[in-house]
Amino acid sequence: MKKVLAIILALVMTIALFAGCGEKAAEVTIPAPVAAEGDPEFENDSTAADAAAAKTELADVLAKVKVGFIFLHDENSTYDKNFIDAAKEACEGLGVQYVLRANIPEGQECYNAAAELVDDGCNIIFGDSFGHEDFLIQAARKFPNVQFCHATGTKAHTEKLANFHNAFADIYMGRYLAGVAAGLKLNQLIEEGKFSADEAKIGYVGAYPYAEVKSGYTSFFLGARSICPTATMEVTFTNSWYDEALEKEAANTLIQRGCKLISQHADSMGAPTACENAGIPNVSYNGSTVAACPNTFIVSSRINWVAFFQTMIVNTAAGKRLAADWTGTLQNGAVELTEVNEQAAAPGTQAKIDEVKAALIAGTVKVFDTDTFTVNGEKLTSFAADIHDFGDFVGETEVVKNGEFEESVYRSAPAFSLDIDGITIIDG
Amino acid sequence: MNGSSRFHISKRATIPWYFAWAIRLGAVVLAMIVCALVTTLLTGQNPLGVYATIIEGSFGTVRKFWVLLQEMAILLCVSLAVTPAFKMRFWNIGGEGQVLIGGLATAACMFYFGGKMPNALLLLVMVIASIVAGALWALIPAIFKARWNTNETLFTLMMNYVAIQLVSFFCNIWDRKGSGVVGIINPNTRAGWFPEIGGQEYLLNILIVAVLTVAVYVYLRWSKQGYELSVVGESERTARYVGIKVEKVILRTLLISGALCGVAGLLLVGGTDHTISTTTAGGRGFTAVMVSWLAKFNPIFMVLTSFLLAFLSRGSSQIAQNFGLNHAFGDILTGIILFFIIGSEFFINYRIGSATGKEKEDGTHA
Repeated sequence: MKKVLAIILALVMTIALFAGCGEKAAEVTIPAPVAAEGDPEFENDSTAADAAAAKTELADVLAKVKVGFIFLHDENSTYDKNFIDAAKEACEGLGVQYVLRANIPEGQECYNAAAELVDDGCNIIFGDSFGHEDFLIQAARKFPNVQFCHATGTKAHTEKLANFHNAFADIYMGRYLAGVAAGLKLNQLIEEGKFSADEAKIGYVGAYPYAEVKSGYTSFFLGARSICPTATMEVTFTNSWYDEALEKEAANTLIQRGCKLISQHADSMGAPTACENAGIPNVSYNGSTVAACPNTFIVSSRINWVAFFQTMIVNTAAGKRLAADWTGTLQNGAVELTEVNEQAAAPGTQAKIDEVKAALIAGTVKVFDTDTFTVNGEKLTSFAADIHDFGDFVGETEVVKNGEFEESVYRSAPAFSLDIDGITIIDG
Repeated sequence: MNGSSRFHISKRATIPWYFAWAIRLGAVVLAMIVCALVTTLLTGQNPLGVYATIIEGSFGTVRKFWVLLQEMAILLCVSLAVTPAFKMRFWNIGGEGQVLIGGLATAACMFYFGGKMPNALLLLVMVIASIVAGALWALIPAIFKARWNTNETLFTLMMNYVAIQLVSFFCNIWDRKGSGVVGIINPNTRAGWFPEIGGQEYLLNILIVAVLTVAVYVYLRWSKQGYELSVVGESERTARYVGIKVEKVILRTLLISGALCGVAGLLLVGGTDHTISTTTAGGRGFTAVMVSWLAKFNPIFMVLTSFLLAFLSRGSSQIAQNFGLNHAFGDILTGIILFFIIGSEFFINYRIGSATGKEKEDGTHA
């Protein structure tokens, strides 16, 4: 009898719950951005200085803005730390409220986190990982009054949602400059007789074999080879963005295979630590690792996201339309190199970096110049990249023009996914 | 007797239900106090604010309340799934893998058949595929247990890792961009997505689990099979003596257990997530063990225990968000609360008296 009563009670309670919430829609009203006035066009190269100038006029509006951030990992990951530091700097600089959500996987958790941030009153939400994209698009559809900005994604310009945007930077130029530093180090070691010119092999720990990573290591390699012509490179993938043990093991494997210098695009301290332990020079990504690796860290390329965050926040506050793609550049300071560690770098590294940087900005040196690399022994004359991502995985846009592979021109996210000669992928 | 021993622990014979619940409630109160202390010491926040935040996590907005119900429903579904096996004393801690495999089968149907057959047929195929996949995943350790008496705890645990690697493998196949993330499956056609009832994305899942709860309760309480499996759980020898085919019961029960886990995977992938990843099951296969255990394998009580765990998990994640803490902090708080709740079971099953008190007690009861 007691059990029957329990069932009935449970049922009554369940029904009462449904009845209670059926009346109200689950939609939460968010204050819509201020109506656009004049200038509907989005300033793609607004700098932090512009943002600072706008700050005084927009102070009132900014006070009503709340920014949400979704990160794949936390500060232990170099990639996310770079993002988190920039988020804090950008928001504190503007004096806006913000909420950080770390360790959000690339699944439905991301949609849930976005929806929770909307619930907590955020008007603009940033996500930092490639795999977050679909779930932020889902959230953008559900919450049309909230702006969603996604770093490294590819779909904003084809989804055509007014409130979903992609961002990336010409980091391939930063990688190229970091490669120059690597090339100088290799030359120094060859001159010192540590190994012969033919043994100048670089090792690279990559996360996943897809365009962003491939574009990164290829530009890094081309930078190194522009200085050390005999350089070759071996690449291995961990198939994870963050796996400290695996990344360390991968770096050690590369070192055992005779690699004289290591770089990485995977987000833990695994590879830099392995290099410091083995005394092998390391060129890092996402930020300086000099504190942990004082003897082997040379330099690191990174994206400075502050300008991106501030541009998006200020324009949202002002009710201006945001562009589908935001691309950071060397000129506007979004692509940066950290301070060179004189203790590990070859002499004259900083001067050479400055020289090549000026040439890249002037356009006299091109990273993916088709005269500097071959694919399967042949010069690249044509390549259809899958710029418009309709889920068909078919390339449709010709990107080889004027003697170069035009990277990050047609959308912010990288598209260079070719395997060039001189780089060997050592996994199975 | 050891003279230095100041306490005496003895098993309680029986305990009135209200006394047991008073102990549990006391444990929750103590857990709340410790959580508040930890949070206050680390963040300097007012403890009352901490409690308010826990409640805000589940009841702050209408949407949060729906999410609470959805989380509770999925957790309850997995808990219902592992319960028949537990009642038979078959320690199935492979719920995580069984849910994942059910989800993987669902995702595979959506991926390969989406747009190639009518949606109603696709949904039917998804239901069958997820149930069969989950059932098979549980059947493998069950066969080994029934035939060769292997250790089911280790076996089911290891099957979790096989399932996780399989999901990882298929994610890499299905994602041709190379970053190992499937993303949302059929985002435009919505093929294989569960229909929304009255515009509520979680309602269908919740209703399905409500029906399953009653069904499992009836099965365990009133069916012959439910009786058989509890006899096997009490004593295999007794079961054999009264003519129950123990191997058959083990296999049958695990098929049901796995099938229900498969349904949980179906609800996650077809109902809400529309994607598959190694984190789709999200540890629910393990949390379900606690839900089932705390409710003494009673599906109706499991409604309460799954509510409690879902409520705590939502609350602790809200604390991490509001106070700007790492998400791991939420896990710390959940850990503290579970420690107290599980610890309270000790005080329900045992009584602690002082050593001298025990002698008096012995004197009076002898």
